[in-house]
Amino acid sequence: MYEAIVFLPLLGAIIAGAIALVGARNRHPGEDPPPPNDDHAAPLVPEHIQGGPAPETGHAEIDHRSHGKDEIAPPAAGSQPAEVITTTLLAISWVLSCFSFVEVGLQGHDAHVTLFNFITSGDLKVDWALRIDPLTVVMLVVVTTVSGLVHLYSIGYMADDPHKPRFFSYLSFFTFAMLMLVTADNLAQLFFGWEGVGLASYLLIGFWFHKPEANAAAIKAFIVNRVGDFGFALGIFAVFLLTGSITFDTIFAQAPSLVGKSFHYLSFNVDALTLICILLFIGAMGKSAQFLLHTWLPDAMEGPTPVSALIHAATMVTAGVFMVARLSPLFELAPVAKEFVVFIGATTAIFAATVALVQNDIKRIIAYSTCSQLGYMFVAMGSGAYSIGMFHLFTHAFFKALLFLGSGSVILAMHHEQDIRKMGGLWRKIPLTYVTMVIGTLALTGFPLTAGFFSKDAIIEADDVVTGSMASYGFIMTVAAAALTSFYSWRLIFKTFHGEPHDHHHYEGARETSKTMLIPLVILAIGSIAAGWPALRLFTGPGAEEFFRSSLAYATDNHVLEDMEHLPLEITLAPTVMMIIGFLVAWQFYIRRPDIPAALARDQGVLYRFLLNAWYFDCIYDFLFVRPAMWLGRLFWKGGDGFVIDGFGPDGVSARVLDVTRNVVRLQTGYLYHYAFAMLIGVAGFVTWFMFSGVGVH
Amino acid sequence: MTIGLGHYLSVAAILFTLGIFGIFLNRKNIIVILMSIELILLAVNINLVAFSAFLGDIVGQVYALIVLTVAAAEAAIGLAILVAYFRNRGSIAVEDVNLMKG
Amino acid sequence: MILTAIFFYVFAGACIASAIMVVTARNPVHSVLFLILAFVNAAGLFVLLGAEFLAMILIVVYVGAVAVLFLFVVMMLDVDFAELRRGFLNYLPIGGVVGAVLLAELLFIVGAWVIQPGVPKAITAPIPTTEGMSNTLALGLVLYTRYVYFFEAAGVILLIAMIGAIVLTLQHKPDARRQVISDQLARRRSSAIDVVKVKSGQGLP
Repeated sequence: MYEAIVFLPLLGAIIAGAIALVGARNRHPGEDPPPPNDDHAAPLVPEHIQGGPAPETGHAEIDHRSHGKDEIAPPAAGSQPAEVITTTLLAISWVLSCFSFVEVGLQGHDAHVTLFNFITSGDLKVDWALRIDPLTVVMLVVVTTVSGLVHLYSIGYMADDPHKPRFFSYLSFFTFAMLMLVTADNLAQLFFGWEGVGLASYLLIGFWFHKPEANAAAIKAFIVNRVGDFGFALGIFAVFLLTGSITFDTIFAQAPSLVGKSFHYLSFNVDALTLICILLFIGAMGKSAQFLLHTWLPDAMEGPTPVSALIHAATMVTAGVFMVARLSPLFELAPVAKEFVVFIGATTAIFAATVALVQNDIKRIIAYSTCSQLGYMFVAMGSGAYSIGMFHLFTHAFFKALLFLGSGSVILAMHHEQDIRKMGGLWRKIPLTYVTMVIGTLALTGFPLTAGFFSKDAIIEADDVVTGSMASYGFIMTVAAAALTSFYSWRLIFKTFHGEPHDHHHYEGARETSKTMLIPLVILAIGSIAAGWPALRLFTGPGAEEFFRSSLAYATDNHVLEDMEHLPLEITLAPTVMMIIGFLVAWQFYIRRPDIPAALARDQGVLYRFLLNAWYFDCIYDFLFVRPAMWLGRLFWKGGDGFVIDGFGPDGVSARVLDVTRNVVRLQTGYLYHYAFAMLIGVAGFVTWFMFSGVGVH
Repeated sequence: MTIGLGHYLSVAAILFTLGIFGIFLNRKNIIVILMSIELILLAVNINLVAFSAFLGDIVGQVYALIVLTVAAAEAAIGLAILVAYFRNRGSIAVEDVNLMKG
Repeated sequence: MILTAIFFYVFAGACIASAIMVVTARNPVHSVLFLILAFVNAAGLFVLLGAEFLAMILIVVYVGAVAVLFLFVVMMLDVDFAELRRGFLNYLPIGGVVGAVLLAELLFIVGAWVIQPGVPKAITAPIPTTEGMSNTLALGLVLYTRYVYFFEAAGVILLIAMIGAIVLTLQHKPDARRQVISDQLARRRSSAIDVVKVKSGQGLP
């Protein structure tokens, strides 16, 4: 059964991929593909420096993103089989995941399925094996649920896209890679899944590859991920070096014996476990778009909205969180690393929340919101409350995917308009979308009794009870971020659905979308509410240890889950109070007195622009890393490859041959006496040689 | 003084060299080249006959006879080619005969 | 012996001098005439060596046929002998040097070698020559017996040269009238003669 869960999406990906290839071959037998739609030439690193709040300057920059699709070409042949097959296989996978949740999670029958041997090299023996324990089944349920709903949603969203088989192939491939990641039994398989989801992310972000911005965003995502992956790989190497194995069971068994050991490197002495955990966490920073390696996530919104919902809300970005949870036995033994995790997570939470305050693209707001919520999850992980982090992952998947899919519905209704300054008053036109998005927002902000209320507040409480140098920093940041979260979420709702419509042409044409898109919205809305309270006893309190058993480790001095139960009322109510404050301020700014935001932006111009350009991180990175890298690349290309290698190699040799030939040709003058003269010189030479070399007897 | 084999061979050598000079030093026309070739062949004949006389072997003269025959044939063909070339190009100046250039 | 020496030097000197003139004469007809002179002197050298048949053949074939052929062609081609030897002196230094080197080496060899002692016995064993026999007879004895193949081959070469020369230079004049013997022989009375009754006083219509 477990093999089926993991490999059915792969089968779907292969079938859809074959359909896509055959279709492409039939459409373009032997010719070049049609020329790209390049009516806007953007630089390779698009600079989203926006000067001011006026919609006119923003329109040219945002609106182009939606015109990259091939709107003229008909859907590809075989689209229907592709989408039906992949969605069905994923639905089967989802059913099996629910079974496994009951089997493994509730009834306690852990499973371990060895598939076949991967590597046997010296001391290193690695198998392809599926490890099914409670942590895994939580992720299985999350991944298959969201992926299945996104597949269903995409049938409607990508209805008039000509490349549907390819899209569904990539979606299923992504699901397969993610499932390999969560069922991994060793670091190599985890890394395989890690890279697989990175690849799928690249392919899906750049799905509309005729758009230069999409290509640039895809490359950016891949490269920033790569930076994280480099740290991750170093961590894996360090683990292997210290323990001689990369299988989880072996590592966890040996971990306690590594406490206190240190690496000696260039006259530094570094604690081994801390170093390993920090290196592994750097991988998580890249994959989960934490502070410093976050720059790819907003640009990843160039991909289709279902991609954003699946990858950049619910699954891929949570791979980092999952990885930290999976390696909890290691992290529990490295308190310094945990402090680092808390610091990064809290900083990300507040940073992303501040940037989301002023964004104007509906998907970017939700993207920064994701970034911020991931920071929350890492704060929980770093505090030692792993199950609470997983709880927030679980609930966040629902409401964030809901928000993304809902925004996709809004975008389609507004005919590919993504700027919220152009929207308004849509609640009359697309009521079902409005209702589901409000439910998602309630969950996100932590309205009582929604799923988000339980998980997010649990994080804040956990952070309060934990001790450590970063604890108070984490607590303050997460509480502040709660207020900001509430503000920007309600800002999005008010500006999109309330008030007066700013673009009457699009407003008139807004229609509710098709059923295939609405059903996932409804299901996710139900999940956003229902996934909270019933699951509370599985993820928090004493029930958590019973549920997760050995899949999450807790050090002997880790009493977070118990201490959370005994907090003063002010602390437990603090997040709710923050949410109400945020809601009231948003209400004031966008419903009662809509002139205040514009005035504020004008008066606080520097701060506004600072936030609008995401603390200028893109500029800094462009200056520090991208330009030198491009310069270096150009140097190697033109100088090294072109001048040296080509010059001394093929081009040089051919040029020299031509030179020699040109000179030799001058010997062929066509004049007989020149030839005779040459012969004479030859004869004279021969005679001289014969005379002096002793041939014959003189 | 006794005229030995060496004298005859020297004469042949000088004639040979003159023939060679004639081939590549002349700028006038191609007929001089053909005549220089005849000079070379004459030098060879003198060589052959001289050796034949001094070694007492008649074979040298037989060979010289054959060489004579071939020289005549070659001169005829060479001149026929020259005539055909002249009919087509209109000139037999040596500088103009460079169609095989390159 | 002294007479032999005198004749040798006369013939040799004249031969070399006329060879020089062949190469350097301005008028191509002069070149051909000097070539003839060179041949004649070479024939004299042959006579001195005792190969009188070869000397006469040289005169008959070379002078009488080849040199005359040269003369014909020179006359026919209407060569402009006023052309100056423009590039002559460009190559003279280097060409002269190379040729002089070659000549020096040849003369050096000529002066310095000796025949191996065993060579005369080795070579002349197959072909004995008897005294009192004329050169012609000696050649004939050898040419039509042992070397008949070469003789026949030489004949074939001449045949091919003749055919080649004709093929290269023959141009059928388009309007030349020639006899077609077969047509002549195929005439019949019926096609050759027409009997027409002519009234007196009137001509043929």
